[in-house]
Amino acid sequence: MIGQDIRTLLRRDTRADRVVPPTGFTAHLTLFVSGAMAFLAVFALALSLAAGRLADRWASELAGAATLRINAPAEQRAAQTQAALEVLKQTPGVASARALSAEEQAALLAPWFGPDLPLDTLPVPQLIEIIEGEPGLDTMGLRLRLAAEVPGAVLDDHSRWREPLVDAANSLRRLGWISILLIGGATAAMITLAANASLAANAQIIEVLRQVGARDRFIAGAFVRRFTWRAFFGAVVGTVLGLTGVLLLPEASDAGGFLTGLGFQGADWLLPAVIPVLGAAVAFAATWSAARRKLKELS
Amino acid sequence: MGAGVIELENVSYGYGGGELLSDVSVQLQPGSFHFLTGPSGAGKTTLLKLCYGALLASSGRISAFGQDIARLDRDQMALLRRRIGVVHQDCRFLDHMTLAENVALPLMVSGRTDESRRADLAELLTWVGLGSRMDALPPELSGGERQRAALARAVILSPDVVLADEPTGNVDWEMSQRLMQLLIELNRMGKTVVIATHDLSLIRAAKSHVQARVLRISQRRLHLAGADL
Repeated sequence: MIGQDIRTLLRRDTRADRVVPPTGFTAHLTLFVSGAMAFLAVFALALSLAAGRLADRWASELAGAATLRINAPAEQRAAQTQAALEVLKQTPGVASARALSAEEQAALLAPWFGPDLPLDTLPVPQLIEIIEGEPGLDTMGLRLRLAAEVPGAVLDDHSRWREPLVDAANSLRRLGWISILLIGGATAAMITLAANASLAANAQIIEVLRQVGARDRFIAGAFVRRFTWRAFFGAVVGTVLGLTGVLLLPEASDAGGFLTGLGFQGADWLLPAVIPVLGAAVAFAATWSAARRKLKELS
Repeated sequence: MGAGVIELENVSYGYGGGELLSDVSVQLQPGSFHFLTGPSGAGKTTLLKLCYGALLASSGRISAFGQDIARLDRDQMALLRRRIGVVHQDCRFLDHMTLAENVALPLMVSGRTDESRRADLAELLTWVGLGSRMDALPPELSGGERQRAALARAVILSPDVVLADEPTGNVDWEMSQRLMQLLIELNRMGKTVVIATHDLSLIRAAKSHVQARVLRISQRRLHLAGADL
């Protein structure tokens, strides 16, 4: 039934479609709503995909690494650093460990304190970068051993940074998809209203068609095709405008962070092409349902 | 009863607590010609609407081509209406479509839009004298042209029955005679024709050209009219 209806829809019958008057406010409403919703859907899709990329990047960048911080008096810092490196060398699950140089530590602090920070005059802890390997780091065991052998060592496995960031990025991704669903629902509601208004305004035409032997499927099909194609064309225009807007966004950069990475990347640029098709599908389902209901009422 | 293309058995119809038609029984034989007459508001239009399922009887049974109309679903009703051509007094059209497209509507809705059908359409429009008005829009047509276009639309699928409700109501005497002639020609082609009219002079004029049964609605009941017509 549905498959046959969709085939009928694809086989556009311009003569049969002419039974529905080509103008009226519902035509403009459908075009505008589908265009506006497609425009918003492009941005929601871009947001969702960017959030997904961000979550993946944060998860992969922060996972598999840990930092050891040596908080010791200046005269003990070198000895404790050396002791910590020895411990790490003997620890299973540590692929490599190295102490950051003074320049590297200064570079890490530069965004907050500027490039001319006199690091040697401040009690800045020594940082050791740990890269995890197989079979994985036993952080609890390592902490216990460090507590015994390197009293100034504090192990940070990044989990307290990584998890909230990844959770936030995933929430943002979910929000993007929920927005797309809401946009679809709002489109369906608006097109249903427009279809109902059009069917009510054309009740006399429906009466004439029935009188000459038209089946409900023929009448509903004529309205459904009109609304589906209008929604499709509106969504194409909205999608093109939305993509233009995304293209005009600033390019991704470290300075801009997340806000400048909102565009599409690679094959993702093909995804918005689905929006007009989905818009048409939503319009098809909404108009078909409205038409069947209205025609039953008009019996 | 049986063998009638449309049969009404003890049909009553009422609305708003009142009864408009009461205990009506009639059988329309294939190829017969009927006039349905009575004063305005007697129920002529209602009776025609009952015959093609636009209204459902309060009681009694109406069958068309052997099918009980009350039991038909909407698809079956649509198929039934392709076998019953209806000409309304107010001749409703789709104003955004041309005369030819309006007349061809029954072909379109029944999926018969091949070339030979379009040739039939041109021939039919010529038959009703509208061959030169094919591209006109309905609001551009005169009353007589609208009536003839409605008649053409009613018969384009070659229905078994033609029901005409006051088909000459909005036209002058000359045009009404022309329309009657077309309906009589249809009857000669074997169609069952029912014409609802309150115009007795029209009935008297037609009776010299066709063997017609005259039915009169009076006091909610249907009677066979006598020789006084």
